[in-house]
Amino acid sequence: MFGIILRHIKSAISYTLRTPKLLLGLALLSSLLLLSLVGPYLIDVDNARPISVPTNRAPSAEFPLGTDSGGRDMLAVIIVGTPQTVRMGLLAGIVGVVLGASLGLIAGYYGGKVDMIISAATDTMLTIPPLAILLVVAASVRTMSVENMAIIIALLSWMFPARTIRAQVLSLREQPYVHMARLAGLSNIRIVFEEIMPNILPLAAASFVGATSGAILAGIGLEVLGMGPQRTPTLGMTIYWAQLYSALIRGLWWWWLPPILVLIVLFVGLFLVSAALDEFVNPRLRKTG
Amino acid sequence: MKYAYFIRRIMMFFVVVLMAATLNFIIPRMAPGDPIGAVLEELRARGASTGGDAEDEIVAAYRARFGLDQPIYIQYLRFLSNTLRFDLGHSISYYPQKVERALLRALPWTVGLLAISTLFSFAAGSFFGAMMAWPRAPGFMRRFVPMFMVLSAVPYYLLGLILVYIFAFVMRLLPLGGAYSSGTIPRMDLDFLLDVARHGMLPALSIVLTSVGFWALGMRGVMVTVLGEDYLTLAEAKGLPDRRIFFAYAMRNALLPQVTSLAIALGTVASGSVLVEVVFNYPGIGWLLYNALRTSDYYMVQGVTFFLILTVAVSVLVVDLIYPLLDPRIER
Amino acid sequence: MRQETALQVNGLRVSYLAGEGEVKAVDDVTFSLYPGERLGVVGESGSGKTTLALALMRLHKPPASIKGGEARLGGRDILKLEQEDMRKLRWSELSLIPQGSMNSLNPVVRIKHQMADAIEAHDSSMTRAEINKHIVHLLGRVSLPESVAEMYPHELSGGMKQRVCIALAIILEPSVIIADEPTSALDVVVQRVVMQTLNDVQQQLNAAMIIIGHDMGLMAQSADRLAVMYAGKMVEVAPIASFFNDPQHPYSKLLISSLPSPEEKRELTGIPGSQPSLLDLPSGCAFHPRCPVAVERCKQEIPVLRQIDSQRRAACHLVEEQAS
Repeated sequence: MFGIILRHIKSAISYTLRTPKLLLGLALLSSLLLLSLVGPYLIDVDNARPISVPTNRAPSAEFPLGTDSGGRDMLAVIIVGTPQTVRMGLLAGIVGVVLGASLGLIAGYYGGKVDMIISAATDTMLTIPPLAILLVVAASVRTMSVENMAIIIALLSWMFPARTIRAQVLSLREQPYVHMARLAGLSNIRIVFEEIMPNILPLAAASFVGATSGAILAGIGLEVLGMGPQRTPTLGMTIYWAQLYSALIRGLWWWWLPPILVLIVLFVGLFLVSAALDEFVNPRLRKTG
Repeated sequence: MKYAYFIRRIMMFFVVVLMAATLNFIIPRMAPGDPIGAVLEELRARGASTGGDAEDEIVAAYRARFGLDQPIYIQYLRFLSNTLRFDLGHSISYYPQKVERALLRALPWTVGLLAISTLFSFAAGSFFGAMMAWPRAPGFMRRFVPMFMVLSAVPYYLLGLILVYIFAFVMRLLPLGGAYSSGTIPRMDLDFLLDVARHGMLPALSIVLTSVGFWALGMRGVMVTVLGEDYLTLAEAKGLPDRRIFFAYAMRNALLPQVTSLAIALGTVASGSVLVEVVFNYPGIGWLLYNALRTSDYYMVQGVTFFLILTVAVSVLVVDLIYPLLDPRIER
Repeated sequence: MRQETALQVNGLRVSYLAGEGEVKAVDDVTFSLYPGERLGVVGESGSGKTTLALALMRLHKPPASIKGGEARLGGRDILKLEQEDMRKLRWSELSLIPQGSMNSLNPVVRIKHQMADAIEAHDSSMTRAEINKHIVHLLGRVSLPESVAEMYPHELSGGMKQRVCIALAIILEPSVIIADEPTSALDVVVQRVVMQTLNDVQQQLNAAMIIIGHDMGLMAQSADRLAVMYAGKMVEVAPIASFFNDPQHPYSKLLISSLPSPEEKRELTGIPGSQPSLLDLPSGCAFHPRCPVAVERCKQEIPVLRQIDSQRRAACHLVEEQAS
């Protein structure tokens, strides 16, 4: 099993070095990482709390990104908020992909009735608009935290991984080496873990990036509507507050623009990484564009 | 044989609708607090003097009015039968307004804005995506489409905010929000339509700019596969004009998987509308849901979510039913 | 020369650019084709026969490119035609029966329209009714019922699809038809019938035909002349009878001896070794590592395709030495 994984990693690395997409994506993401790692040593992140600093200041030497109407230092908000948003996405992404991959693996490997039920559930869930459900669920949760928001979102983001992984397992199941393993009397558990799992890992990794990005998107959506965690200064909540206090028509661009730009950098970074991974998993896409 | 396919699709549709209705019934009831309490709270906040017996009476009256005094399974069955007859109950906040009335009033705005921009970006994106994979496409295509792909990673309402700031606030070219200028009365004349178009411009632009890339990306993927097919080589060998090969052979086949995605996209248009309508103060379904959520108008929330799920189910059903016309191979 | 050639190919070279290197998939191929004649082109997969077919229609895709030579058809060198002239020439002068006929028809368009658009692309004078009549007539010529016109490809069997492709190939009565392994996807019984149909319509048209394949048995039945390709080169060209009775090139001999024969019971001998990679060709004659009679000279000098008698040509040092 480790041999195969090692080979995946090797070919992934050698492919990486040839594609500018992945490098650019990783560069964007690490710039955000750097910001949130180094930031706390440069400025006082406690100023991300309300009423810490004077209100409505335009960017200056003292407050490089200005301050909002609630008396928060916007640079501090960005430095504190970015990792919170990413944490929520990663958490939801992991839960969603593990859930989806397991279901896809079970459905694809065992087939028959199990597959029918899981596939029907997946297809039905795919047709239900996630935001509608999210809103209703979020509205009924009294105190929203980053963690339970991640869980709620994860419960609605397992379908795509489940579907792609099922399809992959279906074709893997018919591979000669899997037949061999079965003829050799290997148990189902061993076949799944030793022969099938290593081969779906690249796909799972690719769908993990997609799921994380989707989770952040859903999370930001909830937050912009004011349904996010009220106490944590996440990027989406910042946009919500800015909207609520009409920052746009008051000309306080430093309030809403920086979180949007950070989010754009984040989404574009994730998009590039996921597109590069897709090309790695599905080599046919490499040729063009 | 064809019948089996249609029957299966239609059955699936009803399963989805039933599930949606059930979810709608369960989720609000799992939430802490109850709707009547919320109404009372609001009455109190407005200064209505209630208390003691009077309050209990009001509660009982309301519970009876909304059927909340019945056992849970009766409530469920009644809910199902009402929902399936598209009787979605009364809004609590705006009693006695009917939920379906409010929905129907908001619907044209959402459909007009979102369906049109989605269809437009589907058409444009699919065309660009196909061109990107086409070896004899003009070079600029390959250079400018990736830009749209990067834009597709950006949530449309965030781009929307930036667009509003630039075009409405700084340059004052277009209105900040709303569906038409306040003070005008909706009617079918040119001035009003122009006004509506001006208001729809920015939200539509933000949707189109961010979703063209999505369609282009999907189309490019399928197109690359189709271009490798033998029937493309034969089409070229036949000496068909490039244009004919591109449209009738390559795009015609590559569009098929895209159409399935379009069904889902058209359906999610309604739920995706929430954010764009909130950002732009646009009086559609999304705006309705947002306000219902803020005022804990349970029946309205239920009604809107049910309606949203219904739109997805209907568009998936419609596409599934017309798909055999597009792809003759589907008849299993 | 006995008559005007339908197609004359001189020194055709097609290369794939792979990394820094250049892979010669078709290397200096010269042959002529006469009206009504059927030329079989045989070789193992990777010997360049399909590349040759695609290059003649100028349908080769990058990284393949034509590096030189000429292909004269109707007094013009088709390798030098403008794109638009080439488009007009395709199908009206030079048609193709594709290798993967299973997927060669557009799955979402009725047979009728796929046949009609070939006509419409070249001849705008025919009315719709005339076109439909012509299509029905053609389907009849390949023994297909009229109803096939209204069908979609997935409703047809493999043999029927191949017949449709044959009908399609003769729709504009071209002077040259290239059939790229026309029966490889069919089962043995159907193969013969389809091949017979193909031969019939070709004879009626008096079109020249290049049949590409690796099935020597099928070739023996349908081709008038045979050309053998090995590693991108033509190594022997001869009329079918003399090819089987008196093969010249050692590779041809091995190909023939590997055929099962009904008269004599003998062991089937495959050809030892495998075809070399085009990326790394052996020095001298590309066949020398597998050749049972190779001599020192074969390792150093590349043999050229030389005339042996009025009708035969072979590229082998030993044949050349025998003759002289």
